[in-house]
This record gives sequence, C-alpha cells and structure tokens, in this order.
Amino acid sequence: MSHDDVLNPKQMPHDPEKATLEGKNKFLGFWFFLGGETVLFASLFGTYLALNGSTQGENTPEHLFGLELVFIMTMLLLTSSLTSVYAMYHMKNHNFQKMQLWLVITVLLGLGFLGCEIYEFMHYIHEYEFTFRSSAFGSAFYTLVGFHGGHVLFGLSWITALIIRNQKRGLNLYNAPKYYIASLYWHFIDVVWVFIFTVVYLMGKVG
Amino acid sequence: MSTAAAQKSGFLATIWDYLTTVDHKKIAQLYLYTGGFFFLVGGVEAMLIRIQLMKPDNDFLSAGLYNEMITMHGTTMIFLAAMPLIFALMNAVVPLQIGARDVAFPFLNSLGFWLFFFGGVLLNVSWFTGGAPDAGWTNYAPLSTTSPGHGVDYYVMGLQISGAGTLIAGINFLVTIVNMRAPGMTYMRMPLFTWSTFVTSALILFAFPALTVGLFLMMFDRMFGSAFFDVALGGNVIIWEHLFWIFGHPEVYILILPLFGAFSDIFSTFSKKRLFGYSAMVFATVLIGFLGFMVWAHHMFTVGMGPIANSIFAVATMAIAVPTGIKIFNWLFTMWGGQIRMTAAMLWSVAFIPSFTIGGMTGVMLAAAAADYQYHDTYFVVGHFHYVIVGGVAFGLFAGLHYWWPKMFGKILNEKLGKLAFWPFFIGFHLTFFIQHFLGLMGMPRRYWVFLDGQGLNTGNLISTIGAFLMAIGTIIFLINIVYTAFKEPKVGGDPWNGRTLEWAIPSPPPHYNFAQTPLVRGLDPLWVEKMDGKKGMTPSEPLGDIHMPNGSILPFMMSLGMFIAGFGFIYQIDSSSWLIAVFIGMGITLGSMLTRSLKDDLGHHIHKEELERDIKKGAGK
Amino acid sequence: MSNAKPAHQHEYERKQHREEMKHQVISFVMMIIFTFVAFGMVMFEVNSFFIIPTLILLAVVQVAFQLYYFMHMKNKGHDMPALMMYGGAAVALLTIITFTTLIWW
Repeated sequence: MSHDDVLNPKQMPHDPEKATLEGKNKFLGFWFFLGGETVLFASLFGTYLALNGSTQGENTPEHLFGLELVFIMTMLLLTSSLTSVYAMYHMKNHNFQKMQLWLVITVLLGLGFLGCEIYEFMHYIHEYEFTFRSSAFGSAFYTLVGFHGGHVLFGLSWITALIIRNQKRGLNLYNAPKYYIASLYWHFIDVVWVFIFTVVYLMGKVG
Repeated sequence: MSTAAAQKSGFLATIWDYLTTVDHKKIAQLYLYTGGFFFLVGGVEAMLIRIQLMKPDNDFLSAGLYNEMITMHGTTMIFLAAMPLIFALMNAVVPLQIGARDVAFPFLNSLGFWLFFFGGVLLNVSWFTGGAPDAGWTNYAPLSTTSPGHGVDYYVMGLQISGAGTLIAGINFLVTIVNMRAPGMTYMRMPLFTWSTFVTSALILFAFPALTVGLFLMMFDRMFGSAFFDVALGGNVIIWEHLFWIFGHPEVYILILPLFGAFSDIFSTFSKKRLFGYSAMVFATVLIGFLGFMVWAHHMFTVGMGPIANSIFAVATMAIAVPTGIKIFNWLFTMWGGQIRMTAAMLWSVAFIPSFTIGGMTGVMLAAAAADYQYHDTYFVVGHFHYVIVGGVAFGLFAGLHYWWPKMFGKILNEKLGKLAFWPFFIGFHLTFFIQHFLGLMGMPRRYWVFLDGQGLNTGNLISTIGAFLMAIGTIIFLINIVYTAFKEPKVGGDPWNGRTLEWAIPSPPPHYNFAQTPLVRGLDPLWVEKMDGKKGMTPSEPLGDIHMPNGSILPFMMSLGMFIAGFGFIYQIDSSSWLIAVFIGMGITLGSMLTRSLKDDLGHHIHKEELERDIKKGAGK
Repeated sequence: MSNAKPAHQHEYERKQHREEMKHQVISFVMMIIFTFVAFGMVMFEVNSFFIIPTLILLAVVQVAFQLYYFMHMKNKGHDMPALMMYGGAAVALLTIITFTTLIWW
C-alpha cells in the first residue's frame, strides 16, 4: 500500500480503523494496554478498599460524600460515552464532519465532568479540611479518584489534539485507527468511573 | 530519514543511528550492551558482598554500605541485567522466528529500550549523590518509608521509569506475535522461544501495573506526605508487600520462561531431533504463566495471614512443580536417542537441568508453609533463589547468547573459550550457593552485615566466597571470548548450527528488512521441513516487491530523557521547591515529544525491488 | 485499494451500522436505568442485606454493556482483546479479594 493510498484513499473500506497492518496493530495493542490498565485500577481499588476505614475518626465517607454532584458527574460521563459512540458511527459511515462534531460534544461533556471533580476536591479541602495527607483514607481516596481524573485529562487532550490536527484533511487510513483507539480509551474511562461511583460513593454512603 | 543517515559515515553518524534506530536487531544490541554492563556492575556488587562475608566479624564494608550493596545487587541483577538481556534475545530472535520484517511497534520498541536505559542510569546515579537505596530489593515498608536520605527515592523513580519501558516492550511482543506471523505460522507451529516470549509478555502486561501502583504509593508517601504506609494515620504496610509480590512472583516467571523457551530450541537443534512433546511443552508454559499469578503470598507466609490463606497459597505453589516437571522430562526425552553435539550452548543447557531441578526442589520445600517458618529470611532462601535465577536464568542467557551470537553478529563465539568459561562458572556456582542452604539451616539470617566467630559458619562462608571468585573468573573468560571472537574468528554463513527454525533461513547478520520475501511456513520447525524435502531454503509466500519499513526517530530518546530529568526533580523537590522546575522541564520535554509524535505524520519508507535484487545477487535476502 | 464498492453493498453497510447504533442506544438507556436504580437505592435508603451485592451486580452488568456494545467486544475479531481483558479481570479480582480479606486481621 503506497503512502498516497493511506492518506487519500479512493474508496474508504468497511472498517477504516483496521484497513492497514498498522491499524490492526494499534487496535490490538491498545486493547492489551487496557487489559493492563484493568490491573492498575484494581490495585488502586484494592488499596482504597483496604484503607477506607482508616479515617482517624473524622471525615468518614458517609459524612463527606454528597450524591447529587456525583450523580451529575455520572450522567455527564455516561452521556459522553454515548456521544463518542456516535462519533465512531459516523466514522464507519465515512461522515467526517459529523464525527468531528460528536467528538467536540464528547470533549465538552468531559470538561464538564472534570470541572465538577475539581470543584468536589476543592470543596472537601476548604469546607472539611479533608486532604491527601489527613488520613490513610484521604490518601487512598484522592489517589484513586485522582488517577481517574488524570486519565480524563489525558483523554481530553488526546481527543482535542486529534480533532485539531485532522480538521483540514478529513478521514484517512492513517488517522482512523488513532480516532478509534482514542474512543476506546474514553469508554474505558467510563468503565472505571462506573466502579468508582459504585464502590467509592454509593457503597461509602451505605457504610 | 534512515537512508540519509546511512549515507553519512563516521563515528557520530553511528551514534546517531543507534540513538534513532527502530530496527529490532539494533535495539537487541543496545539491550545486550546495556544489560551486559549492568550485569557486570551487579557482579562487582556481589563480589563485594562475598568479600565482606569471607570471614567472621569482617569490616571490609561498613554496615550502611553493605545494605546499599545487597539492595543494589538484587535490584540491578533483576531489573537492569536479567530482564534487558532477555529482551536482547527476544528482540534479536522472535521477529525472525515468526518470519516478520520487524516488530509491531518499532517506535515503541525503541521507547521501551530508552526508558529502561534512563531508569537504570537514574537508579545508579544514587551511588554518587549521597547513597544508594538500602531497604533491600523488596523495599518493604516501613523500612523503606523511614530510610533517611534519597536512596529509596532513586529506587522508586528509577524502577518506575524502567518499569514503564518493560510494560511497553511486553505489549509490543504480544501484538507482534499475534499479528505479524508469516503465512502458515500457526500458533501450534511457533518455536518454543516465541511461545514463551508470548506467555512472558502476557505476564508482564498483568504484573507490572501492580508494581507501578506500589511505586506510586511509595513515591506519594516519601515525597508528598501521604499516609498509605503510615500506621499513625491509619496506613498499612502489608499493602506494599502484597502489591510488590503480586508483581514480584510473576516476575520470576517472566525471567525464567523465555529461557525455558531458549533451552527448548537449543536441545532440539543440538540433538538433531524435533522437540519431544511439543504440545505438552506449550501447555506447560501457559500453565506456569497462569499459576504464576496465584502464588505470590508464599513470600509472606510468616506475615501472619492465617492458616487458611497460607494453605491455599502453599498448595498452589506446589502445583507449579507439575508443569515444570513436564518440561524437565521433555528436555531429557528430546536428548534421548538424539545425535547430540556438545557445543558450548549445549553445555550450558545440559548443566541447567540438574542445577535448576535442585532450585525447584528447594522451592517445594519452601512452599510447605509450616516448614517455611524455619527457612524464612535465612540463607536457605538465598541459596534457593540463586539456584533458580543463576542456574536457570544466567545459564540460559549464556546458552542463548552462544546459540544466537552468530545470528546477531555473524560469528560463532569461540567454542574452546566458551567451554573454558563454563567450567569455572559452573563449579563456582555450586560452591557458592549449595553450601548456603546449610548455612541457612544452621540459622544464618540473610541480609546480615557480619556473622560471629565460633558458630560454625566460618568454613561455609569461606567456601561460598571462593565459589564466587570462580564465577567471576568464568565471566571474565566469557568477556575475553567476545573480544577474541570479534577480532579473530571467521565469518560464518546464515545457518552454522544446521538449525530448524526460521531465523536460520536468512543471512547472519540479517539484512535490515530480514526477509526479502516473506516465507511460507509448512510445519513445525519450518526450515527443517524444507531441508527434509531437499530444498535449500524457505519457499517464499509472495513475489519480490517493494518492502515497507518504519522510519527512525529521536523522539523515544527525548521522551525518556524528559522522564529522567523529571525524575531528579521529583526526588529533590522535597529539599527545595525550586527543583520543581526540573519536573516541569522534564515533563515538558516528554509531553512535547509525545505531541510531536501525535501531530507529525510518519508513514515510513519503502525499500525498492531493485535494491532487493541487488542485495540478493550479493547473497543476502532469501 | 479495491475497486469502488457497488451501491447496494454500501447501502447494506449503512443499514448494518444503523442497526448497530440502535443496539447501542438501547444499551445506553439500560445503563442510565441501572444508574438510576443504583443511586435511588442509596438515596432512599433501601435498607436491605442485599444492597451492596446488588450495587456491585448493577455495576458489572453496566460495564458489560459498555465493553460488549460501546467497545464492540461482541463483534468478530475481538478474541484476543477478550482474552486479555478477561486475563486482566482475573488478576484484578484476585487483587481485590486479597485487599478486602488479607490486609487487616
């Protein structure tokens, strides 16, 4: 396959993200990476579950968490997962501009999520004096949720870079795999969040 | 890009070529040189330890320096010597064995190497900046969280950076083996070395993230005041032990499995026989990988997990002896009735079988939880794991290097010198470590700086030290052999051993595109199948055409350099927040390089048919 | 690249994509419902012995939707990804069990 075929394909194939060997490799390699990320987050969840009782008598999960904000954050992130599905749907139909549009919506929703998370952390620090250093529970909480927030930030930067870089030239066989794995990453972020709101917030409230 | 570099010549051009290379064969050489260097560093540290323990109440090393020495010896040998040397063999051989032109992610392959390189350098810089890490290679909290100075900080940052490189290398090999096999190379036709690389890479994928998290928690506790391991604030030190061993036990299989694969290929080649019980060998490899994840707590029997947990982990540990036993018997049956050639590679392999079996036996002894209360933290444990790691991994590396040296460098390592290096090393190895089992049973604890006179430990320790010197002599002869071979030995052809697998079907060293035409694989031991049909080489599966190859890039080097600089920033920002500048500069370089990689198209280049035809006329390709 | 696709194949593919998108929207609605149920159970303090297992079950099912529909793991060519995800999940499960049972005693 010549470079021109990759950058300016005359005919888009059915699965543009897996049309080249490079695309196939990226697809598989990224899935494997997510398998490793599963263990990474499991280690963080395990640490959190081991230490969520170590509150030193103040600022327990039950006392601290408010479910309203967490519910809004969950809705934002779940919806952003759907919008990135729409983006991939348009990619498969070779409708580049609509794909870009849905990705922009995804980024906006992600930014909303990140804003809420920053507000939440600020709130805990200023209103409750609950920090990374207050107790082992504090360390474990900020580390687990913060790792997820870091993933959100990285995902947002990544998708934004892709949107800007390719705006002028449209979809081709070189950038299609990049878009596809970025959307996989974004879904995985949502997977982790489902466990965070369940294990950290809901189970924390139940006590 | 690479063609432009190839046109230039001279020393600087060569350096630039290696800094930017994405060719798996050159990256293999880089891993070999760096890993070899760290092997010597770790070896010198081992010698200093043995000199200190040569006689009772010795004061050759101070107590603090001794702690640094044992910590750095273990850390260096595992992370900076054994693993990169294994990656050297994998990079040199696996793409050739499956008939591929390169790995799946050549750019990431280079990134993986440079991350390891800078991580290793960072770790060793600590010797010159006020003291190396001194909490043991296991770095248990609270010993590590309360260790003064910056030694343990170097441990945390160095391993974090090189660990990221290892994870990348693991994913790379997984995808390479799944996606890049030549036509006809089904899973059940892959050579054992490729199979074991596959299983090992999966273990890396699932084991290293646990270490990553453990190191992050340690970093936060030491550098940013968190309380994971701070009991006063409700922390728990057992968390570190679990995270470390969830990683650490699969790690020992990550070390040994690839060499099990190498031994399998070597036994088969030098017995001139198909590997006995190929499918059982594959099954055993997968089973060892699988069980390897369920046994980590056998390192923690004396922590007090209770009889139920101890029993579960004891039984799971003993179960691993079954697939390992399958392997030992299959190697013996491969040799049985074969036309054995006792080359240096074969000598190391044959010596491996009894040595490793002894290590396996003491492993089963240690797996008995009740008995382990007696052995734990004594020299019995030190004897055991050196029997598996030296008797298995180090012997395997020597065997693999002898076997694949002609493929990597086009020359056979001098056989006489090879055997001359073997004997002192082999005898020295058993002298050093066999006696340590008994020292342990007599009650000598591991990691002690001195032992007292009049406790019956003097003779054993002296014998052990004499053995260590013999091993050093063996290593030096091996080094002399490398130099001698480079200058005096003649070039050999592509198939000096009468090999069976695909890597022997192409010239030595291979052209940078490996196969001018991708071969067609018609069975297990594909080259042997063709030889038996009276053919000279592999049947091609495609007509001669343009070959697509990746471009070289300096970005992997820059990304890793950025991490290296940021590492110093993280370590020293505790003393003065102005060091945060180093963090920003370093992370800026890394993230900037990543962004460049993302924004700039890199489609690789083509090698044209005419160029290939010229090469084939000169005798390359095919 | 191959020759231009015939129009009817193009139409067929679009139809397939629409069909798949419909499934994805349905799974999204299910995920939202599960989330409502989970939050509702906690907010209205459904006091029951089963609340924590139920919450975990809801999360696992929701994640399965995410993986199999949104990330297409149900489609062809996902054997190796599934193998490695299940491998990761197995190690993850062992880790979680350990950290909830073997850290304090």
